[in-house]
Amino acid sequence: MSGAADLQRAPAAPADDAVVEVRDAHYSIDGRPIFAGLDITVRRGLITAVMGPSGTGKTTLLRLITGQVFADRGQVSVFGRDIASLSNSEIYAARRRMGMLFQNGALLTDIDVFDNVAFPVREHTNLPESVIRSLVLTKLEAVGLRGAARLMPSELSGGMARRVALARAIVMDPEVLLYDEPFVGLDPISLGMILRLIRHMNQALGITSVVVSHDVQELATIADRSYLLSGGRVVAAGTPQDLAKSDSETVHQFMTGSAEGPVKFHYPAPDYASQLLGADAG
Amino acid sequence: MSNGVRVRRGPLLEGVRKFGVTGIFLARLLAACVRALARPGLIVAQIFNAGGRSLIIIMLSGLFTGMVLGLLGQDVLARFDAETALGQLAALALLKQLGPVLTGLLFAGRAGTALTSEIGLMKATDQLTAMEVMAVDPMAYVAAPRFLGGVIAMPLLAAIFNVIGLFGAHLIGVDLLGVDRGTFWSQTQSAVGLHDVTEGIVKSVVFGVVISLIAVSEGYHCEPTAEGVGLATTRTVVASSVLTLLLDYVLTAAFL
Repeated sequence: MSGAADLQRAPAAPADDAVVEVRDAHYSIDGRPIFAGLDITVRRGLITAVMGPSGTGKTTLLRLITGQVFADRGQVSVFGRDIASLSNSEIYAARRRMGMLFQNGALLTDIDVFDNVAFPVREHTNLPESVIRSLVLTKLEAVGLRGAARLMPSELSGGMARRVALARAIVMDPEVLLYDEPFVGLDPISLGMILRLIRHMNQALGITSVVVSHDVQELATIADRSYLLSGGRVVAAGTPQDLAKSDSETVHQFMTGSAEGPVKFHYPAPDYASQLLGADAG
Repeated sequence: MSNGVRVRRGPLLEGVRKFGVTGIFLARLLAACVRALARPGLIVAQIFNAGGRSLIIIMLSGLFTGMVLGLLGQDVLARFDAETALGQLAALALLKQLGPVLTGLLFAGRAGTALTSEIGLMKATDQLTAMEVMAVDPMAYVAAPRFLGGVIAMPLLAAIFNVIGLFGAHLIGVDLLGVDRGTFWSQTQSAVGLHDVTEGIVKSVVFGVVISLIAVSEGYHCEPTAEGVGLATTRTVVASSVLTLLLDYVLTAAFL
């Protein structure tokens, strides 16, 4: 962990262009520490990747950013304001400026694809139905699913559901898009399309993106800045190229996908041989 | 949790905890109901879900219950030469007890379980979280309309149960076993007072509130897994059935 500290170029004062600032965040679930001094800065207009092995709290980080949970210690600022100090309605106002793509899509199962994409618009605006219709169809066209507008979520494949969810996440033109494991389980075509969409929305629309994932190769092609989490802290930060060149063992292990290294692949267990021989009846 | 006090988690403590959780949930739910009233479309859809879809089972059960009342009532009353009191017996039994209680039990099994598993599955598939992130309060959009739908549907179902039940008693007692039709209705009319009708309505409203609250709360608080949703559904049926019967005793005593 210590070998990576030099890679981390955390600014002393909050930068003006920081959309999300996580400062020394501590968070634990049922006494199990998830974050122990996490520092992450998401700059406006950039694609920030947060990588890490499973169980390092990548999804929890998104929950902290959206104000669903609050840090036990430390600070999480969104759009320049400490999210823990905001009132409920202020948190809701901040969320309206964000979009989030869930791993499984999280589409509302009792309404069809069109209504799912239209859902945030209908909830937050009084736009006439004709405007909503063209808005929704535009977003569905962007993800290639205009023809699926009248399908129910149960009729979609996993990849299609995630593309619909992406259309829903961008329908309100958010300033920040949060992606939770957007690449898991996608076929190569959908994967390429999601990658292109993330980049397109970043470059053409200037949307700030936070991509939480463990797909190192995919992230390396789009991320402007990457954070590698392990043991509840940032062990490395920089461009994907910086990370690839890092001499930290943890970083090297993660980038190369090796089972041997500081990050233990095996869950703690008694000695293998003695357990097989019945010395320990557990 | 970390205040240094360790209490062994027994069933009693768990019960008290659940009571507290449900109480706080009720307060939040009622606050959300105020906002949900601005969206009558959602509530109407849930009245149909909880009420409309329970109609067949309620009507069939009402009919059979009434038929049994007619059969049993005629048999027992005839032993005292009092079978003319059949209408009175059937009407009072249905209005005061069988209507609200049986409708409550059936409602818990039919609509309560559907509510719990639907909300539980929405939770397990991140739909509730997604709403929160989209700045839509799931309490106002999901929980409150379902709660209100159940509360409104339950007394209506009990009323339908009563009417069909009385028809069933008439069918067997009068049409089949020959109790005098005029006496049946005049006895019914003279015996049933506003007080009895009120008792039935109050009971069915209370049962509707309790069952809908338990169903929505269990779904909202369940473990977001397949097993968790199943357990929550079971708890809904058990808790709302027992509470319905318990509260029936309390309310019956209160109305005496």
